[in-house]
Amino acid sequence: MCGAPKQGGALAGIDLSTQTVIQGSVWHDGAPVAGAYVRLLDATDEFTAEVVTSPEGEFRFFAAPGEWTLRSLSPVGRAERRIAADVGLNETTLAID
Amino acid sequence: MSRTDVLVTADWAQEHLGDAGLVFVEVDEDTSAYDGGHLEGAVKLDWKTDLQDPLRRDFVNKPAFEALLSAKGISNDDTVVLYGGNNNWFAAYAYWYFKLYGHGDVKLIDGGRKKWELDGRPLSKDIVQRPATTYQASEPDLSIRAFRDEVVAAIGNKNLIDVRSPDEFSGKILAPAHLPQEMAQKGGHVPTAMNIPWSKAANEDGTFKSDADLAKLYDEQGFDESKATIAYCRIGERSSHTWFVLRELLGKSDVKNYDGSWVEYGSLVGVPIEK
Repeated sequence: MCGAPKQGGALAGIDLSTQTVIQGSVWHDGAPVAGAYVRLLDATDEFTAEVVTSPEGEFRFFAAPGEWTLRSLSPVGRAERRIAADVGLNETTLAID
Repeated sequence: MSRTDVLVTADWAQEHLGDAGLVFVEVDEDTSAYDGGHLEGAVKLDWKTDLQDPLRRDFVNKPAFEALLSAKGISNDDTVVLYGGNNNWFAAYAYWYFKLYGHGDVKLIDGGRKKWELDGRPLSKDIVQRPATTYQASEPDLSIRAFRDEVVAAIGNKNLIDVRSPDEFSGKILAPAHLPQEMAQKGGHVPTAMNIPWSKAANEDGTFKSDADLAKLYDEQGFDESKATIAYCRIGERSSHTWFVLRELLGKSDVKNYDGSWVEYGSLVGVPIEK
């Protein structure tokens, strides 16, 4: 199974003592952006995964502790943010100007 | 075989929607994407429920593939135009699978669903029903499919290409990072495999890079033209993307996809692993 699960929603069933979850939402002009493509790049800027945001603009990755870059691509524009993640929940917002 | 024989642009696809003799097929794992809007007239294939045996880990067999395509209204002489999400991973997998069962004319839409959406092209929610056909598949062409013993024997002998992300190759993570990281298999890669991620062959919008850029990519990473090649990933869909690049776009000979991939290899008892 490599297709992305449904984005966003409850964290029930996810073990935050072992998983490094990076999640958040994409915003533009005061509203969440549904259907944006969000990719996770590793510390060398290499592609690691990509998901499509939920109707509420949410995305979620299961990574590992370390430095990551999030980049969103959508018809309304792009945004990028670096994040240092630890085991557990790491939340962030990608704002498209 | 050249690029234009196996790859069509989104513009071309949009102009030819509804043409007789063409069947557009969306392939995804999560078919809710299709249900939320698809190319006009396109039928859907579910990577898991349609293309995987319901009991064992394997393809559906020849009679089941024939029944599937017949029910979808696909004829042997139709041109099948595939597209899908995840940068065409599953569409490329279906391309390889259609070729394995001997379908003549198969093409991918460059950029798949992602480019279509980013371009703001029209999607339809109409239910698509094509009249049933009597499809006849060929015996599986195993010259494009590798099995585990061949992979072990290829260590140090063939181009082994691990197309997963560098962090999966190194064993830092066990699955692409949109999935929970709890897997039975060991982390790492097949010894002597080159790590040439599938993503290096694609642009951000999901389209394939130019033939010149692709040729340069594999050349720089140490691809040996004199050797046969086996590509693998975690379950065989991203490596289908690379199989498509190597065999169909660059025209390299003797390229196989190891669809057992890391989920199988990383669970085998006693095989060598590098980290």
